[in-house]
Amino acid sequence: MSVLLIEEVGPATSVQDFGRYGALRYGLGTTGAMDRVGLACANALVGQDWHAPVIELGPLPIKIKAKEGTIRLAVSGAMRGISLRGQAIAMNESFCLAEGESVMMRAARGGVFSYLAIEGGMAGAPTFGSFSVHRRAGLGSPFARPLEAGDQLVVGDATMQEGEHRLPVLPAVTGPIRCVLGPQDDFFSPETIARFQETEWTISATSDRMGYRLEGPPLAHARTANIVSDGIANGTIQIPGTGQPLLLLAERGTTGGYPKIATVITADLGRAAQTPVGAGIRFQAIPIGEAQALARDLARMIAALPQRVEKLGGGSLSSEALLAGNLAGHATNALDPAF
Amino acid sequence: MSSSAALRILPCGDAALTVEFGDTVDPFLNALVLGLDDALKAHTVPGLQETIPTYRSLFVTYDPVTTDFAAISGVLRELAQQAGPKAQSPRRWRVPVVYGEDFGIDLEDVAKGKGLTPDEVVRRHSAGDYRVYMLGFMPGFAYLGGLDQTIATSRRDEPRLVTPAGAVMIGGVQAGIQCIEAPSGWHILGRTPMRSYHPTRAQMFLIEPGDSLSFYAIPRSDWRMLEEAAEAGEWIAELVIADGVAA
Repeated sequence: MSVLLIEEVGPATSVQDFGRYGALRYGLGTTGAMDRVGLACANALVGQDWHAPVIELGPLPIKIKAKEGTIRLAVSGAMRGISLRGQAIAMNESFCLAEGESVMMRAARGGVFSYLAIEGGMAGAPTFGSFSVHRRAGLGSPFARPLEAGDQLVVGDATMQEGEHRLPVLPAVTGPIRCVLGPQDDFFSPETIARFQETEWTISATSDRMGYRLEGPPLAHARTANIVSDGIANGTIQIPGTGQPLLLLAERGTTGGYPKIATVITADLGRAAQTPVGAGIRFQAIPIGEAQALARDLARMIAALPQRVEKLGGGSLSSEALLAGNLAGHATNALDPAF
Repeated sequence: MSSSAALRILPCGDAALTVEFGDTVDPFLNALVLGLDDALKAHTVPGLQETIPTYRSLFVTYDPVTTDFAAISGVLRELAQQAGPKAQSPRRWRVPVVYGEDFGIDLEDVAKGKGLTPDEVVRRHSAGDYRVYMLGFMPGFAYLGGLDQTIATSRRDEPRLVTPAGAVMIGGVQAGIQCIEAPSGWHILGRTPMRSYHPTRAQMFLIEPGDSLSFYAIPRSDWRMLEEAAEAGEWIAELVIADGVAA
């Protein structure tokens, strides 16, 4: 085994996997990766199960060091500059960090969360099958909190016979974030539901893994702003008394007492979570049948990722060229509906 | 009484739904929720993942790859019609509370608002016979019904960003026990050393939806010892299992 040392880290960086299932009924939320496509791509590049634990990198820079052995890494999700030995390393391409070497990953560009996967995974003890950090609940492994400078993770050694791999980027999906109306859309007038979809909302600076506050002209309730508390799904858009929508994400509470106008579809959850503070976000309601067809497409796309991974040969593009090419859009967050 | 006259099944996105029996805080509606929840434990429903029983609805998560909204709704509607209300649980908790002063920072204000002495508010709160309607929001947070309505107090206009673990609170007609530090707009009458959620205790969660619960006052001099015992994994609260079914 090798050791991955966190040398420098910003807030909101933590170990995450697919999430924790089995105790929703006791108020313990699933948490898990904010962008599951980023999670799956990073893991595919280093030969791990798509839902295996990775380091979810918050928007700020991080510097890590390999100790006691060589480790193989890959970064997917929000684009960021990565430099090693004074050279740029591409996103969506595996690379080795030799014992004693450090790699610097700069702030995210055009997204929020990147996913750092490690060949051979990391050591830890799952709770309800998951390593995912739930900060408020005091759960997670190997640390039950976001990562801090000085933390050391015991990780797998790089297999030397393997070469490096890359994942060709998928075309970026653009356009509004799709959602399914309900469960309390009947607490809003048809005009308000239309305005919810016509408005370009801005992600507020007070957003975190629990939820994103959306700024814009307030939405009025047709009946009341209070309901008898009920369950909250990942991607629920709640409208509290202020009329400012709240998009509830991975670390949300399991129940809440404000009317919920709509819920983001599974296929667009990662794309919504990757919208940075200060950026605009729009929503479009679609029929549930269409949403479920897109969820099945997403599951197929994730299952097929290992087959899409290519060996990096001598004749491949340079890292710099790949990095430049990727700047067109944070492409691995994207789902090509035709795929 | 028909158990499904007002039943509605509403989508919560493409991977969850809520089976709604009504929209009020009512022990009979809650018994219907728990009745369906029990029925789901006894049946294999393709694609069903988890449930959250709430006051008046059952939240259900499912896998849209193996089922779809129409198919799972049909199964749930049928089971809800067969299930009926769940009988009152024989489980009852007795929960110790240090009331007032720095343990219950809102006790004086709640008393003033009602023209009562703080001791009288404590007496009415601890005389209550509570039903655990649901666990939610944060791990182990117990939402209770059965508050003496003469001390019911609407929520604070300005929620506090941090309220302590173990806060024993009232908000509107509801009462609650908070397990971990969290934001809240409810009024804090006291604190219990009990932890309904403890991540490293063998029994991670203590309280079940449908349990009954009562509070009793303890002196603040007991706090430190009980808090340490709770941290070490002791339950602190007493669980009584009644013989037969309570009225």
